[in-house]
Amino acid sequence: MSSDIAILGVGLHQWGKWGENFTKYGVKAARDAIKDAGIHWRDVGFVSGAGTVRCGYPGYVAGATFAQALGWQGAEVNTSYAACASGSQALAAARAKILSGDVDVALVVGADTTPKGFLAPAKGYRPEDPDWLRFHIGITNPTYFGLYARRRMDLYGDTQDDFAAVKVKNAKHGYHNEYSRYKKLFTPEDVAGSPMVADPLRLMDICATSDGGAAIIVSSVDYAKKISKGDAPRIAAISTVTPTFAGAVVEMPDIATDSAVAMDAQSFRAALPIKAYEEAGIGPGDISLAEVYDLSTALELDWIEDLQLAKRGEAAALLRAGDTSVGGKLPINASGGLASFGEAVPAQALMQVCELTWQLRGQAGERQVEGAKVGITANQGLFGHGSSVIVKR
Amino acid sequence: MTAKTAAIEGWYTLEEKAPHLIGTQCTSCKTYYFPKQSNYCRNPDCQSENFKEVPLSRTGKIWSYTNASYKPPEPFVAPENFVPFTIAAVELEQEKMIILGQMIGGVDTADIKVGDPVELVMDPLYEDEDGEKLIWKWKPVGDPS
Repeated sequence: MSSDIAILGVGLHQWGKWGENFTKYGVKAARDAIKDAGIHWRDVGFVSGAGTVRCGYPGYVAGATFAQALGWQGAEVNTSYAACASGSQALAAARAKILSGDVDVALVVGADTTPKGFLAPAKGYRPEDPDWLRFHIGITNPTYFGLYARRRMDLYGDTQDDFAAVKVKNAKHGYHNEYSRYKKLFTPEDVAGSPMVADPLRLMDICATSDGGAAIIVSSVDYAKKISKGDAPRIAAISTVTPTFAGAVVEMPDIATDSAVAMDAQSFRAALPIKAYEEAGIGPGDISLAEVYDLSTALELDWIEDLQLAKRGEAAALLRAGDTSVGGKLPINASGGLASFGEAVPAQALMQVCELTWQLRGQAGERQVEGAKVGITANQGLFGHGSSVIVKR
Repeated sequence: MTAKTAAIEGWYTLEEKAPHLIGTQCTSCKTYYFPKQSNYCRNPDCQSENFKEVPLSRTGKIWSYTNASYKPPEPFVAPENFVPFTIAAVELEQEKMIILGQMIGGVDTADIKVGDPVELVMDPLYEDEDGEKLIWKWKPVGDPS
Protein backbone atom coordinates (compact mmCIF):
# COMPACT_ATOMS: atom_id res chain seq x y z
CA MET A 1 0.00 0.00 0.00
CA SER A 2 1.31 3.43 -0.89
CA SER A 3 1.83 5.76 2.03
CA ASP A 4 1.90 8.84 -0.21
CA ILE A 5 -0.22 11.90 0.51
CA ALA A 6 -0.77 14.84 -1.85
CA ILE A 7 0.38 18.41 -1.29
CA LEU A 8 -2.57 20.50 -2.47
CA GLY A 9 -1.39 23.91 -1.37
CA VAL A 10 1.47 25.74 0.31
CA GLY A 11 1.88 29.20 1.78
CA LEU A 12 4.45 31.29 3.62
CA HIS A 13 4.45 34.52 5.56
CA GLN A 14 7.45 36.71 4.83
CA TRP A 15 10.42 35.94 7.16
CA GLY A 16 11.76 38.90 9.16
CA LYS A 17 11.94 40.41 12.64
CA TRP A 18 8.83 42.31 13.63
CA GLY A 19 7.96 41.00 17.09
CA GLU A 20 4.25 40.74 16.29
CA ASN A 21 1.92 37.96 17.45
CA PHE A 22 2.96 34.67 15.83
CA THR A 23 -0.69 33.82 15.12
CA LYS A 24 -0.84 36.56 12.51
CA TYR A 25 2.04 34.99 10.58
CA GLY A 26 0.48 31.53 10.72
CA VAL A 27 -2.94 32.72 9.61
CA LYS A 28 -1.47 34.53 6.60
CA ALA A 29 0.47 31.40 5.58
CA ALA A 30 -2.58 29.16 6.14
CA ARG A 31 -4.89 31.38 4.07
CA ASP A 32 -2.34 31.39 1.24
CA ALA A 33 -2.08 27.59 1.39
CA ILE A 34 -5.88 27.17 1.40
CA LYS A 35 -6.20 29.49 -1.60
CA ASP A 36 -3.33 27.71 -3.37
CA ALA A 37 -5.10 24.37 -2.78
CA GLY A 38 -8.35 25.69 -4.25
CA ILE A 39 -10.38 24.41 -1.31
CA HIS A 40 -12.55 26.06 1.34
CA TRP A 41 -11.34 26.37 4.95
CA ARG A 42 -14.38 24.31 5.97
CA ASP A 43 -13.02 21.40 3.89
CA VAL A 44 -10.12 21.01 6.36
CA GLY A 45 -10.82 18.16 8.81
CA PHE A 46 -7.62 18.27 10.84
CA VAL A 47 -5.44 21.16 11.95
CA SER A 48 -1.93 20.06 12.86
CA GLY A 49 0.00 22.86 14.52
CA ALA A 50 3.74 23.04 15.12
CA GLY A 51 4.13 24.49 18.61
CA THR A 52 6.32 27.28 19.90
CA VAL A 53 7.52 27.61 23.50
CA ARG A 54 8.33 31.30 23.30
CA CYS A 55 4.86 32.75 22.79
CA GLY A 56 3.04 31.58 25.92
CA TYR A 57 0.00 29.28 26.03
CA PRO A 58 -1.23 30.10 22.52
CA GLY A 59 2.08 28.69 21.29
CA TYR A 60 1.84 25.51 23.41
CA VAL A 61 -1.57 24.75 21.88
CA ALA A 62 -0.72 26.07 18.41
CA GLY A 63 -3.15 23.74 16.60
CA ALA A 64 -6.15 25.11 18.50
CA THR A 65 -4.81 28.67 18.33
CA PHE A 66 -4.66 28.62 14.54
CA ALA A 67 -7.99 26.79 14.22
CA GLN A 68 -9.66 29.47 16.33
CA ALA A 69 -7.98 32.30 14.44
CA LEU A 70 -9.10 30.87 11.10
CA GLY A 71 -12.62 30.43 12.53
CA TRP A 72 -13.81 27.39 14.52
CA GLN A 73 -15.43 25.03 12.02
CA GLY A 74 -15.32 21.75 13.95
CA ALA A 75 -12.01 20.34 12.72
CA GLU A 76 -9.95 18.12 15.01
CA VAL A 77 -6.74 19.69 16.28
CA ASN A 78 -3.25 18.56 17.26
CA THR A 79 -0.07 20.28 18.38
CA SER A 80 3.43 18.87 17.95
CA TYR A 81 6.51 20.24 19.64
CA ALA A 82 9.99 19.00 18.81
CA ALA A 83 12.05 22.21 18.74
CA CYS A 84 13.22 22.76 15.15
CA ALA A 85 11.69 19.45 14.00
CA SER A 86 8.20 20.50 15.18
CA GLY A 87 6.94 21.15 11.63
CA SER A 88 7.87 17.68 10.40
CA GLN A 89 6.24 16.00 13.38
CA ALA A 90 3.09 18.04 12.77
CA LEU A 91 3.23 16.92 9.14
CA ALA A 92 3.68 13.29 10.25
CA ALA A 93 0.62 13.59 12.51
CA ALA A 94 -1.43 14.89 9.56
CA ARG A 95 -0.24 12.07 7.33
CA ALA A 96 -1.16 9.44 9.92
CA LYS A 97 -4.64 10.93 10.23
CA ILE A 98 -5.11 10.95 6.45
CA LEU A 99 -3.70 7.46 5.86
CA SER A 100 -5.90 6.05 8.63
CA GLY A 101 -8.90 7.27 6.63
CA ASP A 102 -10.07 9.56 9.40
CA VAL A 103 -9.87 12.77 7.36
CA ASP A 104 -9.37 13.71 3.72
CA VAL A 105 -7.74 17.10 4.13
CA ALA A 106 -5.41 18.52 6.77
CA LEU A 107 -3.78 21.88 7.41
CA VAL A 108 -0.25 21.80 8.82
CA VAL A 109 0.90 25.15 10.14
CA GLY A 110 3.72 26.63 12.21
CA ALA A 111 4.80 30.17 13.05
CA ASP A 112 7.07 31.90 15.54
CA THR A 113 8.16 35.20 16.98
CA THR A 114 11.75 34.95 18.20
CA PRO A 115 13.75 37.00 20.69
CA LYS A 116 16.96 38.83 19.78
CA GLY A 117 20.44 37.41 20.34
CA PHE A 118 21.41 34.00 21.75
CA LEU A 119 18.62 31.61 22.62
CA ALA A 120 19.00 31.23 26.40
CA PRO A 121 17.60 28.71 28.92
CA ALA A 122 15.03 29.17 31.69
CA LYS A 123 16.35 30.74 34.93
CA GLY A 124 17.27 29.20 38.34
CA TYR A 125 20.13 26.89 39.52
CA ARG A 126 19.38 23.65 37.64
CA PRO A 127 22.58 21.68 36.89
CA GLU A 128 20.52 18.58 36.07
CA ASP A 129 19.10 20.47 33.06
CA PRO A 130 21.69 20.03 30.27
CA ASP A 131 20.56 23.28 28.66
CA TRP A 132 21.23 25.22 31.89
CA LEU A 133 24.50 23.40 32.46
CA ARG A 134 26.05 24.11 29.09
CA PHE A 135 25.27 27.82 29.22
CA HIS A 136 26.71 27.96 32.75
CA ILE A 137 30.06 26.70 31.50
CA GLY A 138 29.95 28.96 28.45
CA ILE A 139 28.67 26.69 25.68
CA THR A 140 26.16 28.30 23.27
CA ASN A 141 24.58 26.96 20.07
CA PRO A 142 27.40 28.34 17.88
CA THR A 143 29.88 26.33 19.99
CA TYR A 144 28.50 23.10 18.52
CA PHE A 145 28.56 24.51 14.98
CA GLY A 146 32.16 25.62 15.54
CA LEU A 147 33.19 22.16 16.74
CA TYR A 148 31.68 20.46 13.68
CA ALA A 149 33.22 23.03 11.33
CA ARG A 150 36.70 22.79 12.81
CA ARG A 151 36.59 19.02 12.57
CA ARG A 152 35.86 19.29 8.82
CA MET A 153 38.89 21.55 8.45
CA ASP A 154 41.26 19.29 10.36
CA LEU A 155 39.96 16.01 8.89
CA TYR A 156 38.96 16.87 5.30
CA GLY A 157 40.90 20.03 4.55
CA ASP A 158 37.82 22.27 4.22
CA THR A 159 38.66 25.96 4.56
CA GLN A 160 36.96 29.06 5.90
CA ASP A 161 36.74 30.17 2.25
CA ASP A 162 34.64 27.06 1.55
CA PHE A 163 32.27 27.94 4.38
CA ALA A 164 32.04 31.51 3.08
CA ALA A 165 31.22 30.14 -0.38
CA VAL A 166 28.16 28.38 1.10
CA LYS A 167 26.91 31.72 2.43
CA VAL A 168 27.57 33.47 -0.89
CA LYS A 169 25.71 30.73 -2.78
CA ASN A 170 22.71 30.62 -0.44
CA ALA A 171 22.48 34.42 -0.35
CA LYS A 172 22.34 34.41 -4.13
CA HIS A 173 19.54 31.84 -4.08
CA GLY A 174 17.63 33.72 -1.38
CA TYR A 175 18.00 37.01 -3.23
CA HIS A 176 15.41 35.70 -5.67
CA ASN A 177 13.00 34.43 -3.00
CA GLU A 178 10.21 36.86 -2.15
CA TYR A 179 9.78 35.31 1.32
CA SER A 180 13.43 35.39 2.47
CA ARG A 181 14.52 37.83 5.19
CA TYR A 182 17.92 38.82 3.82
CA LYS A 183 18.03 39.99 0.23
CA LYS A 184 21.65 40.87 -0.17
CA LEU A 185 24.26 39.41 -2.49
CA PHE A 186 27.05 38.73 -0.01
CA THR A 187 30.65 38.49 -1.22
CA PRO A 188 33.38 36.27 0.26
CA GLU A 189 34.90 39.50 1.61
CA ASP A 190 31.66 40.34 3.45
CA VAL A 191 31.80 36.98 5.23
CA ALA A 192 35.55 37.21 5.97
CA GLY A 193 35.04 40.72 7.33
CA SER A 194 32.28 39.77 9.75
CA PRO A 195 33.26 39.22 13.40
CA MET A 196 34.38 35.80 14.65
CA VAL A 197 31.72 34.11 16.80
CA ALA A 198 32.82 30.50 17.28
CA ASP A 199 36.16 29.94 15.57
CA PRO A 200 36.31 29.09 12.63
CA LEU A 201 32.78 30.45 12.11
CA ARG A 202 32.00 34.13 11.72
CA LEU A 203 28.75 35.96 12.18
CA MET A 204 27.85 35.54 8.50
CA ASP A 205 28.42 31.76 8.78
CA ILE A 206 25.74 31.36 11.45
CA CYS A 207 22.00 31.64 10.91
CA ALA A 208 19.90 34.20 12.73
CA THR A 209 16.55 33.64 14.45
CA SER A 210 13.57 35.05 12.60
CA ASP A 211 9.84 35.61 12.72
CA GLY A 212 7.98 33.66 10.05
CA GLY A 213 5.13 31.33 9.26
CA ALA A 214 4.55 28.35 6.95
CA ALA A 215 1.52 26.24 6.07
CA ILE A 216 0.75 23.21 3.93
CA ILE A 217 -2.57 21.69 2.86
CA VAL A 218 -2.22 17.92 2.47
CA SER A 219 -4.82 15.36 1.44
CA SER A 220 -5.31 11.73 0.52
CA VAL A 221 -4.30 10.91 -3.05
CA ASP A 222 -7.93 9.92 -3.76
CA TYR A 223 -9.17 13.33 -2.63
CA ALA A 224 -6.54 15.05 -4.79
CA LYS A 225 -7.75 13.08 -7.81
CA LYS A 226 -11.36 13.91 -6.98
CA ILE A 227 -10.64 17.64 -7.19
CA SER A 228 -8.54 17.15 -10.35
CA LYS A 229 -5.19 17.57 -8.58
CA GLY A 230 -4.00 13.98 -9.06
CA ASP A 231 -0.68 15.25 -10.41
CA ALA A 232 0.08 17.37 -7.34
CA PRO A 233 3.50 16.77 -5.70
CA ARG A 234 3.36 14.04 -3.08
CA ILE A 235 5.00 13.45 0.23
CA ALA A 236 6.74 10.12 -0.26
CA ALA A 237 8.50 9.89 3.09
CA ILE A 238 8.66 11.52 6.51
CA SER A 239 11.50 10.28 8.65
CA THR A 240 11.70 11.33 12.29
CA VAL A 241 13.73 8.38 13.54
CA THR A 242 15.93 8.79 16.59
CA PRO A 243 19.60 7.99 16.45
CA THR A 244 20.56 4.61 17.83
CA PHE A 245 22.51 4.33 21.06
CA ALA A 246 25.32 5.17 21.45
CA GLY A 247 25.17 8.71 20.02
CA ALA A 248 28.54 9.44 18.43
CA VAL A 249 28.42 13.21 18.04
CA VAL A 250 28.02 15.68 20.87
CA GLU A 251 24.67 17.35 20.16
CA MET A 252 22.91 20.43 21.50
CA PRO A 253 22.33 20.86 24.39
CA ASP A 254 24.34 17.96 25.83
CA ILE A 255 27.88 18.43 27.13
CA ALA A 256 28.86 14.82 26.53
CA THR A 257 28.06 11.97 24.14
CA ASP A 258 26.83 8.55 25.14
CA SER A 259 29.55 6.16 26.17
CA ALA A 260 30.05 3.63 23.38
CA VAL A 261 31.46 0.97 25.69
CA ALA A 262 28.51 -1.40 25.28
CA MET A 263 27.77 -0.79 21.58
CA ASP A 264 29.09 1.12 18.58
CA ALA A 265 28.39 4.81 18.19
CA GLN A 266 25.85 6.05 15.59
CA SER A 267 24.77 9.53 14.49
CA PHE A 268 21.22 10.73 13.93
CA ARG A 269 22.05 12.70 10.80
CA ALA A 270 23.13 9.53 9.07
CA ALA A 271 20.16 7.52 10.38
CA LEU A 272 17.43 9.94 9.21
CA PRO A 273 17.83 9.65 5.41
CA ILE A 274 18.22 5.87 5.49
CA LYS A 275 14.64 5.58 6.73
CA ALA A 276 13.45 8.32 4.34
CA TYR A 277 14.97 6.69 1.25
CA GLU A 278 13.61 3.29 2.27
CA GLU A 279 10.11 4.65 2.84
CA ALA A 280 10.09 6.48 -0.52
CA GLY A 281 11.56 3.50 -2.33
CA ILE A 282 14.27 5.63 -3.91
CA GLY A 283 17.98 6.26 -3.45
CA PRO A 284 20.29 9.28 -3.22
CA GLY A 285 20.86 9.05 -7.00
CA ASP A 286 17.21 9.99 -7.63
CA ILE A 287 17.42 13.33 -5.81
CA SER A 288 17.07 16.50 -7.92
CA LEU A 289 17.55 19.00 -5.09
CA ALA A 290 17.79 19.20 -1.31
CA GLU A 291 16.81 21.70 1.37
CA VAL A 292 19.11 21.10 4.34
CA TYR A 293 19.39 22.76 7.74
CA ASP A 294 22.27 25.21 7.33
CA LEU A 295 22.31 26.43 10.92
CA SER A 296 25.88 27.16 9.95
CA THR A 297 27.52 27.23 6.54
CA ALA A 298 29.75 24.27 7.44
CA LEU A 299 26.75 22.24 8.60
CA GLU A 300 25.33 22.33 5.05
CA LEU A 301 28.39 20.33 3.97
CA ASP A 302 27.84 17.78 6.78
CA TRP A 303 24.22 17.33 5.71
CA ILE A 304 25.14 16.75 2.04
CA GLU A 305 27.26 13.83 3.18
CA ASP A 306 24.73 12.56 5.72
CA LEU A 307 22.06 12.50 2.97
CA GLN A 308 24.56 10.36 0.99
CA LEU A 309 24.66 12.95 -1.80
CA ALA A 310 28.47 12.97 -1.49
CA LYS A 311 31.00 10.64 0.10
CA ARG A 312 32.20 11.58 3.59
CA GLY A 313 34.59 14.51 3.35
CA GLU A 314 33.76 15.32 -0.29
CA ALA A 315 30.91 17.83 -0.04
CA ALA A 316 33.25 20.82 -0.35
CA ALA A 317 34.42 19.47 -3.73
CA LEU A 318 30.80 19.62 -5.00
CA LEU A 319 30.52 23.17 -3.69
CA ARG A 320 33.77 24.27 -5.36
CA ALA A 321 32.64 22.74 -8.68
CA GLY A 322 29.40 24.72 -8.53
CA ASP A 323 27.31 21.55 -8.34
CA THR A 324 25.34 22.75 -5.32
CA SER A 325 24.22 26.04 -6.93
CA VAL A 326 20.98 26.45 -8.86
CA GLY A 327 22.05 25.53 -12.40
CA GLY A 328 24.48 22.92 -11.04
CA LYS A 329 24.03 19.15 -10.86
CA LEU A 330 22.58 19.01 -7.35
CA PRO A 331 21.30 22.34 -6.04
CA ILE A 332 21.32 22.61 -2.25
CA ASN A 333 19.09 25.18 -0.52
CA ALA A 334 17.64 26.70 -3.68
CA SER A 335 15.29 28.63 -1.37
CA GLY A 336 18.26 30.47 0.12
CA GLY A 337 18.22 28.22 3.17
CA LEU A 338 18.56 29.38 6.75
CA ALA A 339 21.36 31.68 5.58
CA SER A 340 18.73 33.81 3.82
CA PHE A 341 15.73 33.13 6.04
CA GLY A 342 17.06 32.86 9.56
CA GLU A 343 15.30 30.26 11.66
CA ALA A 344 11.64 30.56 12.59
CA VAL A 345 11.69 27.34 14.59
CA PRO A 346 8.25 25.70 14.14
CA ALA A 347 7.87 27.04 10.59
CA GLN A 348 11.28 26.14 9.23
CA ALA A 349 10.84 22.45 8.44
CA LEU A 350 7.51 23.29 6.74
CA MET A 351 9.11 26.09 4.74
CA GLN A 352 11.53 23.51 3.33
CA VAL A 353 8.59 21.42 2.08
CA CYS A 354 6.92 24.53 0.62
CA GLU A 355 10.07 25.25 -1.39
CA LEU A 356 10.26 21.69 -2.73
CA THR A 357 6.59 21.94 -3.73
CA TRP A 358 7.15 25.13 -5.74
CA GLN A 359 10.26 23.62 -7.32
CA LEU A 360 8.49 20.43 -8.34
CA ARG A 361 5.61 22.42 -9.80
CA GLY A 362 8.08 24.56 -11.76
CA GLN A 363 6.93 27.73 -9.97
CA ALA A 364 10.22 28.81 -8.38
CA GLY A 365 10.98 31.61 -10.83
CA GLU A 366 14.61 32.79 -10.96
CA ARG A 367 15.73 30.05 -8.57
CA GLN A 368 13.96 27.22 -10.47
CA VAL A 369 15.84 23.93 -10.59
CA GLU A 370 15.25 22.65 -14.13
CA GLY A 371 13.46 19.32 -14.33
CA ALA A 372 13.13 18.90 -10.55
CA LYS A 373 11.39 15.58 -9.85
CA VAL A 374 12.39 14.52 -6.35
CA GLY A 375 13.48 16.67 -3.41
CA ILE A 376 14.61 15.85 0.10
CA THR A 377 14.75 17.95 3.27
CA ALA A 378 16.91 17.53 6.33
CA ASN A 379 16.27 19.23 9.60
CA GLN A 380 17.60 19.18 13.11
CA GLY A 381 15.81 19.27 16.45
CA LEU A 382 17.46 18.91 19.86
CA PHE A 383 19.34 16.11 21.66
CA GLY A 384 20.36 14.65 18.32
CA HIS A 385 17.09 14.06 16.57
CA GLY A 386 15.53 15.71 13.54
CA SER A 387 13.55 14.98 10.42
CA SER A 388 13.83 14.30 6.72
CA VAL A 389 10.98 14.61 4.21
CA ILE A 390 10.95 13.43 0.60
CA VAL A 391 8.67 15.16 -1.93
CA LYS A 392 8.22 13.74 -5.44
CA ARG A 393 6.15 14.33 -8.54
CA MET B 1 43.92 32.97 50.48
CA THR B 2 40.59 32.85 48.70
CA ALA B 3 38.29 29.91 49.26
CA LYS B 4 38.02 27.50 46.34
CA THR B 5 34.82 25.55 45.93
CA ALA B 6 33.11 23.67 43.12
CA ALA B 7 30.90 25.69 40.75
CA ILE B 8 28.76 22.55 40.49
CA GLU B 9 28.78 20.47 43.65
CA GLY B 10 29.61 16.76 43.45
CA TRP B 11 30.51 16.54 39.78
CA TYR B 12 34.30 16.45 40.14
CA THR B 13 37.09 16.26 42.69
CA LEU B 14 39.06 19.35 43.60
CA GLU B 15 42.54 17.97 44.39
CA GLU B 16 45.26 20.15 42.92
CA LYS B 17 47.48 17.49 41.36
CA ALA B 18 45.14 15.09 39.62
CA PRO B 19 41.47 16.10 39.73
CA HIS B 20 38.90 14.06 37.84
CA LEU B 21 35.28 14.13 36.79
CA ILE B 22 32.92 11.89 38.71
CA GLY B 23 30.72 9.79 36.46
CA THR B 24 28.63 6.71 36.98
CA GLN B 25 28.87 3.30 35.37
CA CYS B 26 26.07 0.84 34.77
CA THR B 27 26.95 -2.27 36.75
CA SER B 28 25.31 -4.45 34.10
CA CYS B 29 26.42 -3.25 30.62
CA LYS B 30 29.36 -1.10 31.82
CA THR B 31 28.17 2.04 29.99
CA TYR B 32 29.62 5.23 31.52
CA TYR B 33 27.62 8.37 32.22
CA PHE B 34 28.63 11.99 32.60
CA PRO B 35 26.77 13.92 33.92
CA LYS B 36 25.99 11.12 36.40
CA GLN B 37 23.03 8.89 35.65
CA SER B 38 21.78 6.73 38.52
CA ASN B 39 18.16 5.99 37.67
CA TYR B 40 17.99 4.18 34.34
CA CYS B 41 20.48 2.93 31.76
CA ARG B 42 20.01 4.47 28.31
CA ASN B 43 21.32 1.41 26.49
CA PRO B 44 18.15 0.08 24.72
CA ASP B 45 19.11 -3.51 25.53
CA CYS B 46 19.85 -2.88 29.21
CA GLN B 47 17.19 -2.73 31.94
CA SER B 48 19.65 -2.06 34.75
CA GLU B 49 18.90 0.44 37.51
CA ASN B 50 22.17 -0.17 39.34
CA PHE B 51 25.05 2.25 38.99
CA LYS B 52 28.31 2.94 40.78
CA GLU B 53 30.17 6.24 40.96
CA VAL B 54 33.50 6.09 39.13
CA PRO B 55 36.34 8.52 38.44
CA LEU B 56 36.57 9.23 34.72
CA SER B 57 39.85 9.24 32.78
CA ARG B 58 41.61 12.55 33.27
CA THR B 59 43.36 12.50 29.92
CA GLY B 60 41.97 12.29 26.38
CA LYS B 61 42.37 13.46 22.81
CA ILE B 62 40.82 16.52 21.20
CA TRP B 63 37.84 15.52 18.99
CA SER B 64 37.32 19.12 17.93
CA TYR B 65 37.63 22.66 19.25
CA THR B 66 36.25 26.16 18.87
CA ASN B 67 36.02 29.32 20.94
CA ALA B 68 33.54 31.75 22.46
CA SER B 69 34.38 35.12 20.95
CA TYR B 70 31.38 36.75 22.59
CA LYS B 71 30.15 36.66 26.17
CA PRO B 72 27.64 33.80 26.53
CA PRO B 73 24.27 34.70 28.10
CA GLU B 74 23.27 33.79 31.69
CA PRO B 75 23.57 31.48 33.56
CA PHE B 76 27.18 32.02 32.40
CA VAL B 77 28.81 34.37 34.92
CA ALA B 78 31.15 36.67 33.02
CA PRO B 79 33.83 38.91 34.50
CA GLU B 80 33.53 42.63 33.76
CA ASN B 81 36.07 42.47 30.97
CA PHE B 82 35.13 39.41 28.99
CA VAL B 83 38.08 37.54 27.48
CA PRO B 84 37.29 35.02 24.70
CA PHE B 85 38.03 31.43 25.70
CA THR B 86 38.74 28.25 23.77
CA ILE B 87 36.44 25.22 24.07
CA ALA B 88 37.37 21.62 23.36
CA ALA B 89 35.42 18.40 22.84
CA VAL B 90 37.63 15.65 24.25
CA GLU B 91 37.44 11.95 23.51
CA LEU B 92 38.11 9.63 26.47
CA GLU B 93 39.52 6.35 25.23
CA GLN B 94 38.46 4.03 28.00
CA GLU B 95 34.95 5.47 28.38
CA LYS B 96 34.49 5.90 24.59
CA MET B 97 32.74 9.20 25.06
CA ILE B 98 33.29 12.87 24.27
CA ILE B 99 33.11 15.55 26.96
CA LEU B 100 33.02 19.31 26.37
CA GLY B 101 34.82 21.88 28.43
CA GLN B 102 36.74 25.10 28.30
CA MET B 103 40.46 25.01 27.58
CA ILE B 104 42.63 26.75 30.19
CA GLY B 105 43.29 30.43 29.55
CA GLY B 106 46.07 31.31 27.13
CA VAL B 107 45.42 28.42 24.74
CA ASP B 108 44.27 29.76 21.38
CA THR B 109 42.51 27.72 18.69
CA ALA B 110 45.60 28.19 16.52
CA ASP B 111 47.66 26.33 19.15
CA ILE B 112 45.76 23.01 18.98
CA LYS B 113 44.48 20.46 16.47
CA VAL B 114 42.24 17.40 16.33
CA GLY B 115 43.95 14.47 18.04
CA ASP B 116 46.12 16.49 20.46
CA PRO B 117 46.40 14.98 23.97
CA VAL B 118 44.94 16.99 26.85
CA GLU B 119 44.49 16.54 30.58
CA LEU B 120 41.84 17.68 33.02
CA VAL B 121 42.59 20.47 35.49
CA MET B 122 40.57 22.57 37.94
CA ASP B 123 40.35 26.28 37.17
CA PRO B 124 38.09 29.15 38.21
CA LEU B 125 34.85 29.46 36.22
CA TYR B 126 34.03 32.68 38.07
CA GLU B 127 34.60 34.42 41.41
CA ASP B 128 31.99 35.75 43.81
CA GLU B 129 31.98 37.05 47.40
CA ASP B 130 32.58 33.48 48.70
CA GLY B 131 35.72 33.00 46.61
CA GLU B 132 36.66 31.14 43.45
CA LYS B 133 34.20 28.71 41.90
CA LEU B 134 36.09 25.92 40.15
CA ILE B 135 35.17 23.99 37.02
CA TRP B 136 36.98 21.36 34.92
CA LYS B 137 39.04 22.64 32.01
CA TRP B 138 41.29 20.93 29.48
CA LYS B 139 45.00 21.63 29.29
CA PRO B 140 47.43 20.55 26.53
CA VAL B 141 49.76 17.72 27.59
CA GLY B 142 53.50 17.92 26.98
CA ASP B 143 55.59 20.49 25.22
CA PRO B 144 53.43 22.54 22.87
CA SER B 145 56.40 23.80 20.81
